[in-house]
Amino acid sequence: MKLIIAIIQPHRLEDVLKELDKAEIHLKTVSNVLGCGRQKGRTEVYRGRKETGNLLKKVRIEIAVNEGFVRPTIDAVMRGAKTGNIGDGKIFITDLAECIRIRTEERGEVAIG
Amino acid sequence: MINSGDTAWVLMSTAFVMLMTAPGLAFFYGGLVRRKNVLATMMQSFFVLCLISIQWILWGYSLAFGPDTGHFIGSLAWAGLKGVGMAPNPDYAATIPHLLFMVYQMMFAVITPGLITGAFAERMKFSAYVLFTLLWATLVYDPVCHWVWGAGGWLRNMGALDFAGGTVVHVSSGISALVCALYLGKRRGYGREPMPPHNLPLTILGASLLWFGWFGFNAGSALCAGELAVWAFIATNTAAAAAALTWMFIEWKVTGKPTILGGATGAVAGLVAITPAAGFVSPLSAILMGIAVGCVCYTAVAVIKLKLAYDDSLDAFGVHGVGGTFGALLTGLFAQKLINPAGNNGLFFGNAAQLGTQAIGVAATIVYSVVITFILLKVVDAIVGLRVPDEEEVVGLDITQHEESAYTLLD
Repeated sequence: MKLIIAIIQPHRLEDVLKELDKAEIHLKTVSNVLGCGRQKGRTEVYRGRKETGNLLKKVRIEIAVNEGFVRPTIDAVMRGAKTGNIGDGKIFITDLAECIRIRTEERGEVAIG
Repeated sequence: MINSGDTAWVLMSTAFVMLMTAPGLAFFYGGLVRRKNVLATMMQSFFVLCLISIQWILWGYSLAFGPDTGHFIGSLAWAGLKGVGMAPNPDYAATIPHLLFMVYQMMFAVITPGLITGAFAERMKFSAYVLFTLLWATLVYDPVCHWVWGAGGWLRNMGALDFAGGTVVHVSSGISALVCALYLGKRRGYGREPMPPHNLPLTILGASLLWFGWFGFNAGSALCAGELAVWAFIATNTAAAAAALTWMFIEWKVTGKPTILGGATGAVAGLVAITPAAGFVSPLSAILMGIAVGCVCYTAVAVIKLKLAYDDSLDAFGVHGVGGTFGALLTGLFAQKLINPAGNNGLFFGNAAQLGTQAIGVAATIVYSVVITFILLKVVDAIVGLRVPDEEEVVGLDITQHEESAYTLLD
């Protein structure tokens, strides 16, 4: 089992969700987050005072998958999120120790999908 | 003789000016602070409305407008509104009930200390604020108001022009704001951490309500529903628009983009500057005054303040102190008897002496406000302490001063 965390541009969210649906990956958690990478944040000006390095709005998608779905999930996120510009985001993949469905108390791979 | 049209207009104007403090000023300032301080900031505007409404009836009106004592302050003969009734007082307004003039002036007394709160936002103890405001209204506002507007006041006798309170309201509060900012010191992290406004739509709403209320402030100061009110109304709107445009065009040129915060700030600066002049100047003069004050206040707020690095948090001095001083002096240039026979001509209309009179009025107000405000801050600091402790400043004033928060994290 893996946990896939994708940090993407907010305006790519709809496309990523569509691609995930097409790949039949339906379970995910989405949150608004702040962050910056090579874009180095954004400058804002208030009454002439420049404030540099303000964090940028990003969207974070978390998807827990069994081994067979790792590749399709990554491909779906790439198709939806990639524009080729700085700021497209990143995908992180970690091993997932356990997964428990609260309603049925099922554990492991059956609990994921 | 009471005139029902005049009475109706001043009644309406009184409500307009009340609207400037809450919600106008409350939203204007509330949006500019960080989210942990929004309620405490709005509270300062709301509270001053309640506090000075009572102070004014008990002794404030009498000190400001009561029977003259040495051309400096009113006596306490009218304390508790003794002898202030429905019969008009021709010294102030011959066609409306004296009580109506009293309550109209009450709303000016309310907003003036409210303006100062922009200077010490996000770090003053609430108890200190209450005490300071009550003392300041009594010992700074009431006397200065008497000098300029009270029958027998020495600036009124000298012929200083202040149509709706450029000196009385904006210079006195603006210069006191600077003293507060310097005395209290910077907010923790000022200049190192970003402190962006947490909700600009609130600020824009507040600024627009201020603009609206200012028609009552300036056109209402005609104290009649006649030609003078029309002149003042037009000058007010014109100066606000000209100053807002000026500010936004400067930003466009200097920092690359016009901002709505800049537009709102410029509009308020224009309104401040036209306040002493509203009933004395033509619409074209109002345009010139708006452009000039837009340039001056932008420089004060966006250049000088950053260079000198004092923390006038919401620019109470930069807008009201600088704009008010500048407007009072410009009144000495642009005033003309053609608009208001009861006024005087300024330098551009052949009466250079008026500029000197205006300067004396401004200088006296500045010196007096600085000295008394400094003493009051010392006194209040000694009694209750002015600043919240550092850890309370970090947590925010909403929780530490009032035990409530504006925005819940979860529904």
